Amino acid sequence: MNPPSNRTALTVGFALLPIIVSLVITAVLVLAVGSNPIDVLVAVAEGAFRNSNSFAGVVNFWIPLALCSIGLIVTFTAGLWNIGVEGQMIVGAVFASWAALFVDLPAPLLIPLEIVLAMIGGGLWAALVGFLKTRLGVHEIFGGVALNALANVWSIYLISGPWAPPTGGTAQATAPFKDSALLPPLSSEFPVSLLALILVAAALVIVTFALRGTRWGLQLKATGKNSKSALLLGVPTLQSAMTAFIVCGMLAGIGGAYRVLFTYASLRPLASGGIGFLALLVVLLVGLRPMFAVMIAFTFAVILGGSTRLKVALQLDQSLAGVLQGFIVLLVLLSNGLRQRFTPSAVEPPTPITATVEVQRIQPPV
Amino acid sequence: MDIELKHIHKRFGAVHANNDISLKVSAGHIVAVLGENGAGKSTLMKILSGYQPADSGEIWLDGKSAASYRTPQGAISAGIGMLQQDPLDIPAFTVLENFVYGQNTGFLFSPRKWRERLKSISARLGFELDSDQPIAHLSIGQRQQLEIVRLLSMGVRTLILDEPTTGISAEQKLVLFKALRELAMHDHMSILLVSHKLEDVIALCDSVVVLRGGRLVGKLQMPATTDELVRLMFGQELAPHAHECLINPKIAINLDNVTLKGKRVTVENFSMKIRSCEVIGLAGLEESGQDLILRACVGLIKATRGQITVNGTDMTGKSYRDFLAGNVAFGAAGRLEEGLIAGLTLTEHIALTTENKTLVDWARATLVTDHKIKQYNVRGRPDSPIETLSGGNQQRLLMALMPDNPVLMALEQPTRGLDVDSARWIWQQLLERRAHGTAILFSSPDLDELVTYSDRIFVAYAGRIVEIPDATQTNIDELGRLIGGNFEKESAL
Repeated sequence: MNPPSNRTALTVGFALLPIIVSLVITAVLVLAVGSNPIDVLVAVAEGAFRNSNSFAGVVNFWIPLALCSIGLIVTFTAGLWNIGVEGQMIVGAVFASWAALFVDLPAPLLIPLEIVLAMIGGGLWAALVGFLKTRLGVHEIFGGVALNALANVWSIYLISGPWAPPTGGTAQATAPFKDSALLPPLSSEFPVSLLALILVAAALVIVTFALRGTRWGLQLKATGKNSKSALLLGVPTLQSAMTAFIVCGMLAGIGGAYRVLFTYASLRPLASGGIGFLALLVVLLVGLRPMFAVMIAFTFAVILGGSTRLKVALQLDQSLAGVLQGFIVLLVLLSNGLRQRFTPSAVEPPTPITATVEVQRIQPPV
Repeated sequence: MDIELKHIHKRFGAVHANNDISLKVSAGHIVAVLGENGAGKSTLMKILSGYQPADSGEIWLDGKSAASYRTPQGAISAGIGMLQQDPLDIPAFTVLENFVYGQNTGFLFSPRKWRERLKSISARLGFELDSDQPIAHLSIGQRQQLEIVRLLSMGVRTLILDEPTTGISAEQKLVLFKALRELAMHDHMSILLVSHKLEDVIALCDSVVVLRGGRLVGKLQMPATTDELVRLMFGQELAPHAHECLINPKIAINLDNVTLKGKRVTVENFSMKIRSCEVIGLAGLEESGQDLILRACVGLIKATRGQITVNGTDMTGKSYRDFLAGNVAFGAAGRLEEGLIAGLTLTEHIALTTENKTLVDWARATLVTDHKIKQYNVRGRPDSPIETLSGGNQQRLLMALMPDNPVLMALEQPTRGLDVDSARWIWQQLLERRAHGTAILFSSPDLDELVTYSDRIFVAYAGRIVEIPDATQTNIDELGRLIGGNFEKESAL
């Protein structure tokens, strides 16, 4: 056995390695197309931080990403792959949009109603995945993918049909929401919703605490690591899985609502914008640590938000950010595989439900 | 094919699964490899068939050192094929497709040629295989035949069979045995048979080797009687009779005419009453039905018919959690698969079973853990991950996780893999609980353990159950005979 300090170094090394290697590969690509990697970094940084408005853009991307990441930590703890997080965002957005379009209340009442509805919508959509998984034996990845597609189609139907703007729909969006339905920005220089920031902070604190300090969190962990043993020790594993899905769905729902109630001010097709999938990646990168997850989510928001500047500054396509992101994913998976090979744990983990095995393989050490 | 194993060693952590095993099998012989669970049979067969390498030792084939094959594919090209207990076929494929996979069919695959080949080999052995049937429509016996045909087609000259007669019909067994004799006699193939079923061994084999505790402890030329085989398998020690019977009329659990369906066996119309303070042993080879009974007693298997009552309450059809709430405790054989959770610390395990409030009081849980560690003499710290503990210490913790005074403790192989001291300690704990009224139901492959601790023993063989109403009146030989399916003397009991 390695001494502890050695192990920690190894762990940190394996966490940093893929990021460094992806940066190097991307830099080589940039060189190959005739640009300077340093310029690219500067342009991305400029894109993200050049003024308070551009920074607000980063934060607005980060808020739903952070919410979904925190939610996914809950499902991953329970050993579940909640791919359906995208659909849960969309349904949350749809539920919130309904209130925004059809409920006439003053803002202080309407906005909480929208948020609560978004949580209910996202939670229900996630509960459906959970129901399929726990009662009918449909793997949550398949259920999630199917329900993502359904949520998407449903929102498009609403936009182009019942909820189409009266001026003649283009199927691009519903009519803009009334002002009282929108989350108020902090200021015009820094248009970010304070309420949403508070919700992110609250989710972070509550989830961190619930996983560490409550019986529920302990049961989730037990279920995720070995659901068979957990069941034999008296853990209500089905209930654990169900509640994990619902909590994640509720947080994703808020994330979806934020997109329509703040970013777009109307319901649009694919309101989730792939943020749910990105959140999966964030959690795969950091493991089950909520605080790290929101930090990595922020880094991603900076890279993706900042890269919009590449076109203007360097005539490079902003998809370069996607390339970097893709390399990070591949290399994280690769380095996890290597880590398994070189530092196998003392005892080979048993063979619990497949999902758990997958999670165990992919997570960096906690 | 002549096979010679020289000084094979294999260790898994602290367990010396194969300890200096040397063995010769000459061409044309059918040899049985016997031994109780954990004796090292599977390990040895896996080494021979390339599933895992030995730590040290050599394999010689036909007088030549088989340098090293480290994969099943390598073993097959060296001429050694293994028939797994569960045939390794692909249910969605047809017989023909399964037949050809792994074989060198060339780039252009000619179904006609391979269909002919499949037909000719099966016809010779008396197997009836329809090449276009999907595997899913085949019985286990037929799937086994297909696998044999496939291995033969790949040029195998030694066949290893792992419990081949489990789950196949009597008729298929006859066909199989006839085919194996044909292969040994006319093709001079060597055949190794791993089996618990002594009657099969007696019916088929030319000689027997016996493993115990990782060592080769005996060889015997057939014919031999069941008694001789049993004596070799389990050693001669007789149980020390410090047996104490506690009388308590209260019925802890009552199985009334239940039918339990398993994958391989079905236990039909079985009734069993266990009184408070009773220790009931369940004997039987793997998958003979005893595991079904044990798990039905805790709600992990639902009876398709009949009634189960615990402590006077009807529990028929109730879930495991209901049984737990009814103060029934269960301990599975695979500790880290079913019971403990790798990745969780000792304290987390204790907290899972003792903390009932919404918020976990970690300070208290750590205190309780500390206390239990002392009480149960566990070598480990509250914050040690459970998988870093040795098997004995894991078993001690599992004991610590169980309720103090359950109505019934149902335990699968409670001393599996434990050394004598740990095993004795576990039994001390169990008997202490029994003295407080707990009924104990346990299964064990260790006949000594069964005879020593049980008040009554139920023996399972292929789903049939026989009761030994007074365990003090039996002995290892008799028990061994019953386990091997030799029920003729049951009336004498």
